[in-house]
Amino acid sequence: MSFILDGKNIPFKEGDTIMDAALNADTYIPHLCHDPEFVPHGSCRVCLVSCNGRYVSACTQPAVDGSEVESNTEAVNSIRRELVAMLFAEGVHICPACEKSGSCKLQAVAYYVGLLTPRYEHFNPPGRLDASHPDMIIDFNRCILCELCVRASRDMDGKRVFSISGRGSEASLVINSESGKLGDSLFDVSDRAADICPVGALLPKHKGYEVPIGQRRYDITAIDGAAAREPVKKSGKSDD
Amino acid sequence: MHSATNMPRFDTEHVIPFVDSLVLSANKRADRLLQLLVEIQTQYSFVPDQAILRLAEQLAIPSSEIRGIIEFYSFLHLVEQGDFQIHFSDSVIDRMSGSKVLIQQLCDRLGVSPGEPRADGRVTVSTVSCIGMADQAPAALVNGYPLTKLDSKRIKAMAQLIESSTPVDEWPADFFLVSNNIRRRDLLLAAPFQEGSALSHLFKTGTDGILDKLSRSGLRGRGGAGFKTAAKWQMCRDIDADERYVICNADEGEPGSFKDRFLLETCADDVIEGITLCGLITGANKGIIYLRVEYRYLKQHLEERLARRRDKALLGEGILDQDGADFDIEIRLGAGAYICGEESALIESLEGKRGIPRNRPPYPVTSGYMGKPSVVNNVATFFVAAWVATKGGNWFASKGTAESIGTKLFSISGDCRYPGIYEFPFGLTISKVLDECGASETQAVQVTGPAGNLVLSDSLERKLCYEDLPAGGSFMIFNKSRDLLGIVKTFSDFFAHESCGFCTPCRVGTSLISDLVTRVHSGHATQQELDQIQIIAEVMNTSSRCGLGRTASRPIMQALQQAPELFTHRGETG
Repeated sequence: MSFILDGKNIPFKEGDTIMDAALNADTYIPHLCHDPEFVPHGSCRVCLVSCNGRYVSACTQPAVDGSEVESNTEAVNSIRRELVAMLFAEGVHICPACEKSGSCKLQAVAYYVGLLTPRYEHFNPPGRLDASHPDMIIDFNRCILCELCVRASRDMDGKRVFSISGRGSEASLVINSESGKLGDSLFDVSDRAADICPVGALLPKHKGYEVPIGQRRYDITAIDGAAAREPVKKSGKSDD
Repeated sequence: MHSATNMPRFDTEHVIPFVDSLVLSANKRADRLLQLLVEIQTQYSFVPDQAILRLAEQLAIPSSEIRGIIEFYSFLHLVEQGDFQIHFSDSVIDRMSGSKVLIQQLCDRLGVSPGEPRADGRVTVSTVSCIGMADQAPAALVNGYPLTKLDSKRIKAMAQLIESSTPVDEWPADFFLVSNNIRRRDLLLAAPFQEGSALSHLFKTGTDGILDKLSRSGLRGRGGAGFKTAAKWQMCRDIDADERYVICNADEGEPGSFKDRFLLETCADDVIEGITLCGLITGANKGIIYLRVEYRYLKQHLEERLARRRDKALLGEGILDQDGADFDIEIRLGAGAYICGEESALIESLEGKRGIPRNRPPYPVTSGYMGKPSVVNNVATFFVAAWVATKGGNWFASKGTAESIGTKLFSISGDCRYPGIYEFPFGLTISKVLDECGASETQAVQVTGPAGNLVLSDSLERKLCYEDLPAGGSFMIFNKSRDLLGIVKTFSDFFAHESCGFCTPCRVGTSLISDLVTRVHSGHATQQELDQIQIIAEVMNTSSRCGLGRTASRPIMQALQQAPELFTHRGETG
């Protein structure tokens, strides 16, 4: 079975999503909340593609034999550009001063879709920082609610350290501990969740700028090239 | 009736045994969490920290996740509320009826700020989205009981009753009068339902016979999506599964809609029989009515109807003495979230979680409640199904149009002489409806709530049917004195308030639109901002995960397209 993605033939097997098949074929579809190790989530919507003329999220949509999928087109990228701009407006993303700069997926996807300037009035939420943990720090205003840390802590670390609270624009990441602080939780720097944040919300302490900006992952290779080199693991979804 | 003074003030010693007894009665099932939280909220006016920690321990759920659920639902609180909790309905119709002034009057009389408990803990005055009383607005809830047709005189009386700590069950009964306001009857409301008749027909003609009738009747889901009912029931029946569920969606959150409240109050037997019919046809043993917490006052009435039907062998084991015809129904409460009207969010909520819609596929009919095949239908769909099973598909098909067969209940409110419930055949023009309900000087009509369609006075010959204007329950009328842009702003604020926050375009887009519409309304928007609204709307329509985000920009976009003059003289142009 196969489908056509931007003119290229992509083979897939039963149960694959469009994203699974594309990653297996070393073809990049931009994404922020997706990681092949985890159950697909579908919250960032950046992996939006047009499948037979209908817009769907590639990470959750089962591939259909013979379908025609458009991803890297101006029509699709113009929507992604706005979605990424919304994430920038909602949080506080200070790329030049962020330790994650150059290896941040939000920044890299912004470059991929050609977002170079702010588009919306920024929400400017009040600063919220949790530095209680000895090894890691959380800046909640850089969180894009992708829930990768939620899934990693729950499904791989077996700890359920993170969850989401509230509704709508009040939705935010919260920590499971009596004080609500990361330092009082079961979280450990060796957890899978410690290493999964696609942005600069969850950052390691005690080191800074070890690799100079300009020589970091996406500084060297744009995200569509870098992602294609990422080892493809089994999708978390296919165990059901 | 639950009374204000019976509510024990929160004390630490009482909490743990109370939570333990609830957990025990729920068999320690984590999926009952939301129901337990509603019970605790009702008992103490909030969910105390001790209760959260005890639940976390007993149900093995992180306390942060329990807090996350509490903060998702509008009727659950982490902070102690007043002995008297007043929730004013804040729909556009309530506002048009003067609710804002009344809220201010009550706050002034009681010396309290909106949303904050008074220092002595006596009272909290706050607002919630539409409580389903638009035909008797302005309305509010006091400790869960609806107060209708509020005016300054009644506000003054309420303030006195609160100051004197008069229990709610001693308040004047006419304060709580909820009128049926049936204004027009057609096929479905012409005569009372003969209970058991649909089930007798089922046992006479078999499941295929009833499905055939439903198919002939052309019945489509009354919740809005319009999926063919017979096809949905058949799909659920034909899937191989050990368990199935029937879920009645009574989370009527569409502003201006109150047909489900009317049906549950006046035609509960018809609805319950429809649910039972679906259970027996699909092979489900269990039905659930997901009742919005705003309609909590109907729970006892519904429980009584269920009990009566069990006594008459119309529900429970061996229905109508048929071997193996086992089906029972349970009522579960929502906790205040419009998104839970979306069927997969409703199922999440039933499983005790935050009401976040699921990725689809799979659809509930293959994998729904607890992962089992589930039919989710609106109250009105079950109501019509019971009648069609009894009277036949051709009887229902005698009215309506080719694609929109039969009749439909409308909740009509706003600027007209006779707001209330109207049963019309599909295909009627808006102007005919306006004539019937005594509307004049009409500027606009909002059909099917904020997510539906805005119809201006130059398009009143449009027809209410799937071929033209798909009609849900809500029909709100605005006369020429109304500020249309202000109405659009109310709708935009509503969506920003009710977005679940899961996906980027809806979470951020509804907030951005709400802010931009506020700028337009106050006359401070530029052409660039008007263009931005259109871009955001396009992004939300194409990329949102569920119907809420995909329709949330409709009010502003339809106003921009149909009444551009509203915008040009307000903002700077060029």
